[in-house]
Amino acid sequence: MITNKMRLEIDAKSENESFARTVVAAFVARLDPTLEELNDVKTAVSEAVTNAIIHGYNEMKGTVYISCLIDKNTVLIQIEDHGIGIEDIGKAMEPLYTSKPDLERSGMGFTVMEAFMDSINVTSNIGKGTLITMKKTFDSIHNRVD
Amino acid sequence: MTLEFEQLDRNLVVKLKGELDHHSAEIVREKIDRSIDRGGIKNLIFDCSKMDFMDSSGLGVMMGRFKKLKSMGGQVVISGINPNIDRVFKLSGIYKIISKYENLEKAIEKLGEGK
Repeated sequence: MITNKMRLEIDAKSENESFARTVVAAFVARLDPTLEELNDVKTAVSEAVTNAIIHGYNEMKGTVYISCLIDKNTVLIQIEDHGIGIEDIGKAMEPLYTSKPDLERSGMGFTVMEAFMDSINVTSNIGKGTLITMKKTFDSIHNRVD
Repeated sequence: MTLEFEQLDRNLVVKLKGELDHHSAEIVREKIDRSIDRGGIKNLIFDCSKMDFMDSSGLGVMMGRFKKLKSMGGQVVISGINPNIDRVFKLSGIYKIISKYENLEKAIEKLGEGK
């Protein structure tokens, strides 16, 4: 198995957040990551899906699209919404910045994604939606002595 | 996520079990605030020893309770953090305002009777 992919579509409902991160973790688990690496992926996915639900769709009806591509020991995860889009990506990615302080959001979502994944790329179009692409390579496979 | 409350003098211990994310955050916030608003509480201890997962939504809940209790002259502390959750906390700089203790016993000892 060199490459492997999966795609998941879920309603933008908060109850699907745990489902989404668990599915991605289960898919990635075949790379035999450490528990810490697996938790990193789960947390980053949870942040991205939560953003799509709260900000992309304003907690209204919508669909969140999640896709994963495994290439050797690297996973590429894309989380997309067709919601309102982000006006100022730079600002949205600033630690502690939140556009919804009334909801007691910590403003740490993108910071967590950046810290827990190797790379993150955000593209957004106003009125069309947002696409988050994250990558992580698992070293554990190489470090393992069989 | 399930919650267990225990009041020790004026300290409210909230034992968090399971996963704290945006979905569970709303009900967690609501239940804790209801307990605080009943009165007689000064400090809040989040015991996270049975919490398996937390993302930044959990930070929002804790920061929010910190603000609420600070305005009433109390404080919020956390105990029993696992390494994965500790990384989320560290990133946010929350330890500048919320102290962490190895376990619940130490947190209670530090806060005393909450007088």
